[in-house]
Amino acid sequence: MSDRRPGEHSTVSRAWYLLLLLPFIGLLWPPFYAKDTPRLGGFPFFYWYQFLWVLLGAALTAIVYWATTPRRGGRR
Amino acid sequence: MNGVALAVFVFFFGLVTVIGFVAARWRSADLGHLNEWGLGGRSFGTIITWFLLGGDLYTAYTFIAVPALVFGVGALGFFALPYTIIVYPFVFLVMPRLWSVAHKHQYVTPSDFVRGRYGSRGLSLAVATTGILATMPYIALQLVGIQVVLQGMGIGGTAASALERDLPLFIAFAILAAYTYQSGLRAPALIAFVKDTMIYITVLVAVFYIPAKLGGWGHIFDAAGQALPHHTPPGALILPQKQFVAYSTLALGSALALFLYPHSITAVLSSGNRNVVRRNAAILPAYSFLLGLLALLGFMAIAAGLKPATNNLAIPQLFDKMFPDWFVGFAFAAIAIGALVPAAIMSIAAANLFTRNIYREWLRPDATPGEEAKMAKLVSLVVKFGALAFVLFLKTEYAINLQLLGGVWILQTLPAVVLGLYTRWFHRGALLLGWAAGILVGTWMAWSASFKSVAPFTLFGLDTTVYPALVALVVNLLVAAVATPLLDAARADRGSDETAEADYREEAAPPIEALAEGPGSRS
Repeated sequence: MSDRRPGEHSTVSRAWYLLLLLPFIGLLWPPFYAKDTPRLGGFPFFYWYQFLWVLLGAALTAIVYWATTPRRGGRR
Repeated sequence: MNGVALAVFVFFFGLVTVIGFVAARWRSADLGHLNEWGLGGRSFGTIITWFLLGGDLYTAYTFIAVPALVFGVGALGFFALPYTIIVYPFVFLVMPRLWSVAHKHQYVTPSDFVRGRYGSRGLSLAVATTGILATMPYIALQLVGIQVVLQGMGIGGTAASALERDLPLFIAFAILAAYTYQSGLRAPALIAFVKDTMIYITVLVAVFYIPAKLGGWGHIFDAAGQALPHHTPPGALILPQKQFVAYSTLALGSALALFLYPHSITAVLSSGNRNVVRRNAAILPAYSFLLGLLALLGFMAIAAGLKPATNNLAIPQLFDKMFPDWFVGFAFAAIAIGALVPAAIMSIAAANLFTRNIYREWLRPDATPGEEAKMAKLVSLVVKFGALAFVLFLKTEYAINLQLLGGVWILQTLPAVVLGLYTRWFHRGALLLGWAAGILVGTWMAWSASFKSVAPFTLFGLDTTVYPALVALVVNLLVAAVATPLLDAARADRGSDETAEADYREEAAPPIEALAEGPGSRS
């Protein structure tokens, strides 16, 4: 482990971090979602769309976690 | 006053009091050491950290104020949801670096890091002072949360004598102060299990039970859509175009600010390794989902036809009207206990800042770890009773205004703390100038907008409203970026950096020597 120098990340592993940008894009531009329809279970689009992003955001973070965490005791 | 509700309330409050004192023996260690008292020994695993951070960030005041805002203005108040979604990718990227460097150098506060990174006492003092000032009104608002619940149960209120109104609050806070003094961060960590479980139960019951009684979700949203335009100022069910900028800047600014607050950083640093922090970024959104559902209680209060004296009373009144007595007591206890966890952590965080970055840095440089812990315990008491005095003797409005300003101020520490985790490009003097400029601009904007959460702003010729904290941050960054090359050209001292690039990726392997000698890796 100690022979692995700091900063030695593979580009592939780093690219996973780009997934974390998606929630910002999906949520910080209200014109995407500031509308009433289509409704889902009585919820206007504005509301259920943002609730959906809670799940998507958590899932994306989990994916990045698994993709960038070394299997056993490696240093990152 | 409702006897059954009060009995249930008192029972749960008693339960967490016992837990608070017992916590001193949990994972027992020498509590006369700041690492133990103030950071729980930096040993918490994924689950404890999840409860602790959840209990810490989603405060009682949040639970009252967010639905109250949605009740009052509709869609704009829902910014709390995007805010608490985008904060976690940010935490995932940034906080593990802070955890690692803090672990390596035994930093207890963000100011400790700034001190080590820039070798600057001035910048460190600025960050510490900002943290303390931003935290104090936040603690006061937790008290307001308890006060609102007590009022909802018919204790106090306008007709009551000053003694009847204030005594329950005083007792609640005296208990809180006593067990925080004794058990340190272990107390809120253990109580958070009870608090969070109760909050989850309350909200889940509310979102299934109340809509069933009010004729379903569709009906609730329709009722809110009809009523909101008649509010003063008029609200809206769907975010109108003129509030787009306000909505996004509130969400982004609040998200960037949240983990700069001392109480957030204290909870992050108390975790046992950096992967605990990374894992929590993926599982904490469960609380955001809860917060979103809770925000919708505001619409339920509209659909139920409630006309509370102040918006803050909307949720207590909704519970009172909809739930059976015993569950009203349970729900109110959940909110009141919800105030105790963040209030404890906030006072510990403020105490850590004062002790490490003001007392030890400026007043008693040779303080031993034992003296540090003793001082921190005392300061945690002072901070809490200061907040209590604030709520009892001044208008609630001041606490709310100051908390808003606190958000503006704390965001101005982002360049020094967060950018500092990645680069030493900025000159320490430039960061201090940027900080000062940001604080001035942000305070002025909030002031001239008479402390509304958004201020009028003209962007590319378009009149809109914006969250002042974010504008102030842009000014802050511009000043820092312009001043850096100027100060370098003038050959101003850049200060020494005691950290190395590898420190920011350090894993959990405990530096045994450092633990034995206590925090003392100053250069």
